[in-house]
Amino acid sequence: MAALTKEETEALIQEVLEIYPAQAKKDRAKHLAVNDQSLEKSNKCITSNRKSQPGVMTIRGCAYAGSKGVVWGPIKDMIHISHGPVGCGQYSRAGRRNYYVGTTGINTFGTMNFTSDFTEKDIVFGGDKKLAKIMTEIEQLFPLNKGISIQSECPIGLIGDDIEAVAKKANKEIGKPVVPVRCEGFRGVSQSLGHHIANDAIRDWVLENRDGDESFPTTPYDVAVIGDYNIGGDAWASRTLLEEMGLRVVAQWSGDGTIAEMEKTPKVKLNLIHCYRSMNYIARHMEEKYKIPWIEYNFFGPTKIAESLRKIAALFDETIQAGAEKVIAKYQAEYDAVIAKYKPRLQGKRVMLYVGGLRPRHVIGAYEDLGMEVVGTGYEFGHNDDYDRTIKEMGNATLIYDDVTGYEFEEFVKRVQPDLIGSGIKEKYIFQKMGIPFRQMHSWDYSGPYHGYDGFAIFARDMDMTLNNPCWKQVKVPWKTDDTSKVAVAAGA
Amino acid sequence: MPSVMLKKNAEGKLVFYVPKKDLEEVAETVEFDTPEKWGGEVLLSDGSKYYFEPIDGQPDFPVTLRAKRIDSGE
Ligand code: SF4
Repeated sequence: MAALTKEETEALIQEVLEIYPAQAKKDRAKHLAVNDQSLEKSNKCITSNRKSQPGVMTIRGCAYAGSKGVVWGPIKDMIHISHGPVGCGQYSRAGRRNYYVGTTGINTFGTMNFTSDFTEKDIVFGGDKKLAKIMTEIEQLFPLNKGISIQSECPIGLIGDDIEAVAKKANKEIGKPVVPVRCEGFRGVSQSLGHHIANDAIRDWVLENRDGDESFPTTPYDVAVIGDYNIGGDAWASRTLLEEMGLRVVAQWSGDGTIAEMEKTPKVKLNLIHCYRSMNYIARHMEEKYKIPWIEYNFFGPTKIAESLRKIAALFDETIQAGAEKVIAKYQAEYDAVIAKYKPRLQGKRVMLYVGGLRPRHVIGAYEDLGMEVVGTGYEFGHNDDYDRTIKEMGNATLIYDDVTGYEFEEFVKRVQPDLIGSGIKEKYIFQKMGIPFRQMHSWDYSGPYHGYDGFAIFARDMDMTLNNPCWKQVKVPWKTDDTSKVAVAAGA
Repeated sequence: MPSVMLKKNAEGKLVFYVPKKDLEEVAETVEFDTPEKWGGEVLLSDGSKYYFEPIDGQPDFPVTLRAKRIDSGE
């Protein structure tokens, strides 16, 4: 199908909006836009980070999900208590596939669920005593934990428990960091505020722990990888490249990360930010307080990787710059082969994305390396600064949708007819039933890593395997049954 | 009176960031920007204007300062 023109895309948005009542229509119109590369600022064309409309299907999560699920959860040697009723933690347990090394239940705790399991009694009489008791029990049962974080679920804020006081007391008793996080689900409009609250908790309770302690030997090449959650091993595939070019990765935030790494981060020379949305706050704080500069980078697809490696190297001396060139050259044969193999199979295919923090813009380059085109993209919980960074990455006249509703997304897809959709589990089966190839781009559909050169090979294979799978030709959607199958149905009935 | 995080970018221009509003803008002009005195009216590239109480000498960028909003530019 030919690409839509600017006018056609605008008309499509109007057509989709038609079904809403007047107020909802007015509101949703602000969240849908046609990309215009000439714009410098996204606030001219799109509104974001607003409360979702009641009555629509939204894919967003809550602040607790942003803090426990994204930022804190992957810190593997700490125990994160989902403080409140059992459901929030149990239903999100181990869903994000943040890989880590360690023995679960002994010295790492990533995939386990710790909860204070609130019942009516705790809501009525308060849960502080229970929380204190839990922490003592944790110390007895899991003595190798390196600290505890308390991730508040909704009721904690509602009943007004003083988790800070309990945390301070426990910290004295067990002599390890105990971090209270006020990430009750009702705060903010999406998981995004949870990221911010989690960043603030790291700032207030962790980052200063080693101020004035110079015992950690530093080098001029120390960096921290921030905002890589090691989904399917992403951070590992990134880290090797940085190390090969001569940098020393002191900390991984927070995929496969530890509390000790976080405490040492103020000693690094440069912070490398992958997911800007979830961790820019702490990078900005470290820049101000410790004068550590930070830059954003993108490790999806060889074009962006080479660009990023050079950008990072430019901030160091010639050995690192030479190192970056060496790394790019070393993997060239490998990624050229990947492109040679898959590009002919994927060339010209059109993709629509709808994901979270950084991927709606970061993966565009990887698709383009394979000759594919991203014709629509959007963020679940992006802010204006995310869209600012997206405008230039997307082609003119492509669709941009913020906090897209289930209905809008389906209608867009019906009209744009992309060859592939990259989104989450909640969208997956709808689109597969519509006969459109689909990849989960949150969890890499149980595959990965997708970062780095190693990841690119897997990314390319996965896209090919999904898109060119012969099964799609077999899918007949019920409303398109032809006469022969109708007869078959009748005969079978 | 928003808190504004200020830093210099690679080109030496002042970058203006208001965390609460996700506002990230480059400053076009700064009224006083000499080694002796810094502050006054700051005009952003989106047309909005802010006022910083002038101080003696340059602040130690990056730094968070309180600003008064004079003009939204819209
Ligand atoms: S919104 Fe509240 S109750 Fe729901 S998952 Fe989040 S913290 Fe739990």
